Amino acid sequence: MDFRPSPEEETFRKEVSDWLDAHVPADFDPERFEFGMTADERLDWQLAWHRTLHAGGWVGLHWPREYGGRGASLMEQVIFREELARRRLPPGANMLGILLVGPTLMHWGTDAQKRRYLPKILSAEEIWCQGYSEPGAGSDLASLQTRAVEDGDVFVVNGQKVWTSGAARADWCILLARTEPNAPRHQGISYLLVDMRTPGITVRPLVQMTGNAGFNEVFFEDVRVPRANLVGEKSRGWDVAITTLMFERAGLGTDLRFEGVLESLVAAARHVGRLGDPVVRQQIAQFRMEAAAVRYGGWRQLTRRLRGQQPGPEGSLAKLVGSELNLRIAQWAVGLLGAHAQIATNEAGEPPGHWLARELMARAHTIAGGTSEIQRNIIAERVLGLPRS
Amino acid sequence: MNFGFTEEQEMLRAAARRFLDAECPPSFVRRMMDDPTGHAPALWKRLVQLGWTALLVPEADGGLGGSFVDLLVVLEETGRTLLPGPFLATVTSATALVEGDAPTLRAELLPRVARGEVLLALAIAEESGRFEPELPARAADGGYVLRGTKHFVMDAHVADQLVVAARTGDGVTVLLVDAHARGVAITPVRGVDMTRRIQRIHFDGVTVPRARILGGAPLLQRTLEVATAAIVAEMVGTAQQALDRTVAYVKERVQFGRPVGSFQAVKHQCVDMLAQIENARSLAYYAAWAVAERAPEARQAVAMAKAYASDMVKDVTSRAIQLHGGIGFTWEHDIHLFHRRALAQEAAFGSAPAHRAVVAEALPA
Repeated sequence: MDFRPSPEEETFRKEVSDWLDAHVPADFDPERFEFGMTADERLDWQLAWHRTLHAGGWVGLHWPREYGGRGASLMEQVIFREELARRRLPPGANMLGILLVGPTLMHWGTDAQKRRYLPKILSAEEIWCQGYSEPGAGSDLASLQTRAVEDGDVFVVNGQKVWTSGAARADWCILLARTEPNAPRHQGISYLLVDMRTPGITVRPLVQMTGNAGFNEVFFEDVRVPRANLVGEKSRGWDVAITTLMFERAGLGTDLRFEGVLESLVAAARHVGRLGDPVVRQQIAQFRMEAAAVRYGGWRQLTRRLRGQQPGPEGSLAKLVGSELNLRIAQWAVGLLGAHAQIATNEAGEPPGHWLARELMARAHTIAGGTSEIQRNIIAERVLGLPRS
Repeated sequence: MNFGFTEEQEMLRAAARRFLDAECPPSFVRRMMDDPTGHAPALWKRLVQLGWTALLVPEADGGLGGSFVDLLVVLEETGRTLLPGPFLATVTSATALVEGDAPTLRAELLPRVARGEVLLALAIAEESGRFEPELPARAADGGYVLRGTKHFVMDAHVADQLVVAARTGDGVTVLLVDAHARGVAITPVRGVDMTRRIQRIHFDGVTVPRARILGGAPLLQRTLEVATAAIVAEMVGTAQQALDRTVAYVKERVQFGRPVGSFQAVKHQCVDMLAQIENARSLAYYAAWAVAERAPEARQAVAMAKAYASDMVKDVTSRAIQLHGGIGFTWEHDIHLFHRRALAQEAAFGSAPAHRAVVAEALPA
């Protein structure tokens, strides 16, 4: 057990830090980025930032060099993320592609697929979205009904996806579709790569409860997908999908940046003149402890991965704990702010205005990527070995 | 950066688990509850042979020179099995001898502590439950005279030597007092945890010579940090075992024609218990490392770990009773022993609000 950085890690941190300080866009304002932009504006900003990061060789740190990545160690990835978080800087664009699709293709894809897709995922020349959930298949993903019927060397896709983040601006979609309707439900699903410009695809933005259009409905009507775009074997796509979900959950909890949230919480308490109140200080201290536990929990998971283990169900625990903590902090903060909390936006950028947005947004994290209830089922069954419900 | 244990530490854990499963089953714990001292010399001899009392004693003093992280590994296991007796009291009190400034005493006693021949107890809490010493130490002949009472002392009734924190005219002194010295009166107090005893110690004009002065406020702070980080490690083990027993029970207990562990109302509670335990474990490991390395953040890390673990262990062991249903509320079933130990652990070395206050102090004004 050792939490001191090695000399190599110190050197790398300095390299990252110097580069970021020299390249942070002059107009960067974290409060505006997080709360003052539409989804479109935010993506445009991220794409520009992505190009800067990509030119500097900082995208796909964890990707092997043969795929255009940096082949960085897990520790270096952590350092890079920490340095971004310290500045409240977002990563680049296309994180779904880089964190989920890329690694899934590296694991399951053919050489041709890797050559075709990986470079443009990395450069964000092609943006990806995830076609998993359906109106009738949310938590019970395996009940999905979107059909893909083989017709010569294409699959013909019909159906509907929902909650598809970023679909309106996406170039490609990882799509789960049923290829064998009569097979046991986990065994008849295929994993397809779908060009979002294929005729027959309609994207309809869904306005979230926050008022932003962050996700979409996607309709597929006789959409023809070349057989070459099948990942893994036909009707064996569930295993591929699970790989993606593991990568997703491995990232979700630890991506929440509690350092910045806690700073804002202190600022909010100060703003309403309550920072000296011992009750308020005890509660902020409690949140600080829990945030530290989440951070160290991430390090413990990292240690397991450094010892060669793949991300497993413990990612579900990180996701559950992180998203629930984030929600409790936001809910407590709006209580602390009293009358100020009901003011939706604050043009002056004063702390109270953003807590309402945070409180509304916090629910997204306890639902997306598998609800807290589904995570509890997964952990109960796969970590604790409890019987299925 | 590395959150892992060494191969030696993993072996230490496996050996501790094997030993305690064999030697400290619930039947033994219950026997010790009814024992007049709660201390079994035969078991003590065995754990001394395993090197546990020598773990934190430097090699030069006849010990193994291990790190606090080694001790954490053992304590998770002793917490798991509710080990009765003076192990926690002795190993944590030894910090004051190892790190204090009393060379003669150290040379005389530390090798015997390592060999398990000398048992120690930590008399640092006041009646208020706080650790700023109030017990007055009046200067006399280069030493001190103690007159007053210390409270909430663990296993002093079997100790040979007592580490005592007292207030001098202008500061704090940490003294080593012979438990059998004239004027020392050790009174048992009935505690919630019958597997480990607590006492009140009255000092009625006890003379402590200069050679028995171990140090001042920094030594007290360090000793308290070690003791606190130690009980946190134990708490993680206690809570984990309460969960493990609960999971095993709800897999077996059938109602409505199916194991009750298949109901989400039950399994989700188990997951929430696990989540709390894992949080506490992360904080406990970090605190253990900080204590072992004397990192500047040790005080904060220990306060965070104890504050969180105190709430955690109480809640987890209480839910464990709930999930056992009626049988869990019987004297006969062992699960309440974990909750009783938890209540004692929660209170020992500072409760959750006291430690949260330390974390709150570090927040910006």
